Amino acid sequence: MSEFLQDFSTQPFIQYALLTGVMASIACGIIGSYVVTRRITSIAGGIAHTVLAGLGAARYFQVVFGYQWFHPLYGAVAAALIAALVIGLVSLRAKEREDTVIGAVWAVGMAIGILFIFKTPGYNEDLMSYLFGNILMVSMDDIWLIAGLDVIIVALGLAFYNQFLAVCFDEEFAELRGVNVEFFYLLLLCLTALTVVLLVSVVGIVMVIALLTLPAAVAGQFAKRLWQMMVLSIFLTVCFTTAGIAISYGPDLPSGATTIVLAGAVYLVVLLAARIMAALRASRR
Amino acid sequence: MDSKPIIEIDHVSFSYEGLHALEDVSFTVHERDFISIVGPNAGGKTTLMKLILGLLKPSRGTVRVFGQPPAKTRSRIGYMPQHASLDPFFPVSVLDVVLMGRLGNGHKLGLFRRNDREAAMEALREVEMYPFRQRSFSTLSGGQRQRVLIARALTSRPELLLLDEPTSNIDIAVETELYELLKRLNERITILLVTHDLGFVSKYVKSVACVNRKVVVHPTSEISGEMIYEMYGSQVHMIRHDHMAGGTTACV
Repeated sequence: MSEFLQDFSTQPFIQYALLTGVMASIACGIIGSYVVTRRITSIAGGIAHTVLAGLGAARYFQVVFGYQWFHPLYGAVAAALIAALVIGLVSLRAKEREDTVIGAVWAVGMAIGILFIFKTPGYNEDLMSYLFGNILMVSMDDIWLIAGLDVIIVALGLAFYNQFLAVCFDEEFAELRGVNVEFFYLLLLCLTALTVVLLVSVVGIVMVIALLTLPAAVAGQFAKRLWQMMVLSIFLTVCFTTAGIAISYGPDLPSGATTIVLAGAVYLVVLLAARIMAALRASRR
Repeated sequence: MDSKPIIEIDHVSFSYEGLHALEDVSFTVHERDFISIVGPNAGGKTTLMKLILGLLKPSRGTVRVFGQPPAKTRSRIGYMPQHASLDPFFPVSVLDVVLMGRLGNGHKLGLFRRNDREAAMEALREVEMYPFRQRSFSTLSGGQRQRVLIARALTSRPELLLLDEPTSNIDIAVETELYELLKRLNERITILLVTHDLGFVSKYVKSVACVNRKVVVHPTSEISGEMIYEMYGSQVHMIRHDHMAGGTTACV
């Protein structure tokens, strides 16, 4: 830990990492609360895994065709949005079994990514780091992109708070009140997709769902209203990502995995404590 | 007394995946009617509600509400769903729930305005839930939740109120209070409600619509044991204790 504190003031990459963590946490707390209350965690998981297709394709076009502007994160955004719309439209319109569609998009997305990475000449180890995240590799270019995405997600997520709340709580009633339920459901999935891209930089594709849902689930144990759940889960996510980086730095552990283990441990403790409290209250009666 | 028609259902049929839920149904609901929709499970009660709300389209025939296709008049209808369909752990306050009823009234972006809040407070006072406005919806009892959902339906100041099973899972005393509330609201609003308990409700409603693929509307005074038997068939045992109360005002 002392090593982390020493290097913090002198090493810009640590500052970038912490800044990325804080920015991603804001989007994560807001959208994560919607995802948990609307119960679309598995959709978020499916979207997260298709991000690999976008990352792989973008790198392939960069190396093979020389499209230098095609940053892998642009590919990630495109793939995540396509996956969100495909899953959303199929579940709304086609009356297919939703979990089957999610599973298919999930695996096919990963497969496409692996094919692109395999056919890209050169050493692409850094793309594999997107699977498990490496927040210490975030560059100044990435920071601008992440900040831009963050602003879009937070602005839309808060501007339509009342509509999203109504759609998450009681979709049928919202429709009867003239809210365009399909539009807001798809918008929510798109915002989830963008949040997933932000979190991929922090904890990696494989662990995105945990960071999206665990802080919101912990917050849900204490919050009485949806906005309180958001505020608390932003605070928790900032704590988890910052602590994850700080703890993993000295012993050279993977920061993404450290963050997730920490979040998981807190979730477990809070659930157990809530159970024990409920049992005590029941026995006193 | 013969007032203008609010709902006109004309030779309506509806089928789901080849099953006939409703067959050639025609009836009219007039202004300030108070009608209870009864019938066996899967007899088409909820389908009928959804046709009136415009959530479903009839396979044949026409539904008119306030003289227009139902999807166009939703802003004039207040709706209360079955509360069992809502997530009991959702982090939402009583006031938040009631404010959702204001979404259709020009609300587009950001926070609710002062007139939205005032309408919500007024509706909460009307159902006597004002002191609970800051409480978490998940901590309320069944009867209190029903009142909050009625308040939510009232915030848009509807002319027609539709309620789906407003008395499921609540005890008799609370049920009586709820019907007293609805009776009071009926002085200015037309009310249609779906219910299981035929006998109890007939003290309050003006007529009963029996739905079992067909719809037959009776004034409350005509309800008899044979009629119930016809509607429910073998299920009559379940509601036998009710038909005593049906049709007579002597039973309390």
